[in-house]
Amino acid sequence: MTPITATSRPGLGFNGLLAAAAVALIVLVASMKSTPHAATGVPPPDLRDTGLYADFETLQIDARHLAFSPQYPLWTDGATKRRWISLPPGSAIDASDPDAWVFPAGTRLWKEFSFEGKRVETRIMERQADGQWRYAAYAWSADGRTAQLVPANGKRGAWPLGGGKSHTIPGVNDCKACHQGGRSEVLGFGLIQLSPDRDGLIARGLLVGLPPSARAARWTAVPAIERAATGYLHGNCGHCHNEQGPLRNLGLFLRQTAAEGSEPAIASTFDQPVKKPAPGLSADATSRIAPGQPERSALLKRIASRYPPLQMPPLGTELVDRQAVELLRRWIAESEPVSPSIHRPEKGPTQ
Amino acid sequence: MKHALPWMLAAVLFAPAALRAQEPARIEQVKRGEYLVTTGLCHDCHTPLAMTPNGPEPDMTRALSGHPQDMVVTAPAPTSGPWMGSFWPTLTAWSGPWGVSFSANLTPDPETGRLRDFTEDQFLRTLRTGRHQGQGRQILPPMPWPFIGKMTDDDLKAIFAYLRQVKPINNKVPDPLPPAQ
Repeated sequence: MTPITATSRPGLGFNGLLAAAAVALIVLVASMKSTPHAATGVPPPDLRDTGLYADFETLQIDARHLAFSPQYPLWTDGATKRRWISLPPGSAIDASDPDAWVFPAGTRLWKEFSFEGKRVETRIMERQADGQWRYAAYAWSADGRTAQLVPANGKRGAWPLGGGKSHTIPGVNDCKACHQGGRSEVLGFGLIQLSPDRDGLIARGLLVGLPPSARAARWTAVPAIERAATGYLHGNCGHCHNEQGPLRNLGLFLRQTAAEGSEPAIASTFDQPVKKPAPGLSADATSRIAPGQPERSALLKRIASRYPPLQMPPLGTELVDRQAVELLRRWIAESEPVSPSIHRPEKGPTQ
Repeated sequence: MKHALPWMLAAVLFAPAALRAQEPARIEQVKRGEYLVTTGLCHDCHTPLAMTPNGPEPDMTRALSGHPQDMVVTAPAPTSGPWMGSFWPTLTAWSGPWGVSFSANLTPDPETGRLRDFTEDQFLRTLRTGRHQGQGRQILPPMPWPFIGKMTDDDLKAIFAYLRQVKPINNKVPDPLPPAQ
């Protein structure tokens, strides 16, 4: 298993890159000896048959899969997550469009959710030969020995969260509600989320076509708190609220792009009036974000609520992410209104 | 300029014809939508009932405009025993374990129409997923989206086309109420 994490690592250097490339070549050649996983229309009823594990009895992950961690993970009520991606042997991800990577048919991604150290569910998305993504989720048994496919409409009560609430394993429609909200259905494995780790993918030949300008993209010119806050919004809200998806007519753009970074998030929220107040929104929250005034910021109110008609995100979470709410509250409190007279960092990514 | 003139003339002559050619298809689509809305029982909940000498009947002066804003509901209905819910006499407000839901104003009123910001794609996604605009909050009971959502794309598009051109009615439907604590 080759972990890809978002944490900074010392540079490999030229010799290191050569060594990495050699290892990658060996891995790819080894992979080609095996039969590629056939993409079929119906998910296997048992997780053990999805190809995640080399040995299901010992829960040993197939060493050919890449483990990865997005730098702005989605909040799921405090669940611990592990993620893997598998590309068909000899294939690569096309990153010609830096904001919408194209994954080859046969690509599989798994995400495992644990609460209090116990596996609760594992989700898989797999690209079919016709280009469609197939979604499935598997619920682990109480003894952690088996994981069975859950019905297409999901499974409630998968893990108690306290206060009468419980974790729900999403149905296929809910998977699609988030994953089909933009140009790429893969959310956690992209330019912004992988940050410097994409360089490792390029070195291994697993990522091709990334334009040099995007390859250089970093977000260091943005103040740290703004980077963290807009990163959180990118990872937790941007899959629906972006400039390309079905909700683009809302004019709320929280997904970062290679060209513009977090600038659209600022422009579409700061001092922008709430167009249609959601049920339960307090009357004084009249702006999406009122810089300097968290109590008047509807975005914060909605992220801090779990009243179903008001809460954001509207699915996949039952508990408020208190840490994130505090981060966003502090960011808004320290922000100033957007004005031509106020200097803001250079637009878009910088080196 | 001398090359542009024939093109401009062609545009003037043929564009209206193209539009006219689309018109019968559009009319057919709207008629199909009206048929589906009528036989699909949309009026049952989205057009308030009014008491008449013949008993309760749909008030078509308020067709498809949802729960009347002047009928204020402040709390879920009390229930006991095996009963789970109640409905308002207009059949536009429903009380149950989810709280109180109000049927939406489906007319194209620019200020209060529920669908005023919906694209056709969002309308289809809403009825396929049971989520507001296809990605937002869940649609509350008793909206039978799991069944309506099984209609074909063409049928759902026809319903949307029909709803876009019914008489706009200004009626601000209240927000849902949470369940009693």
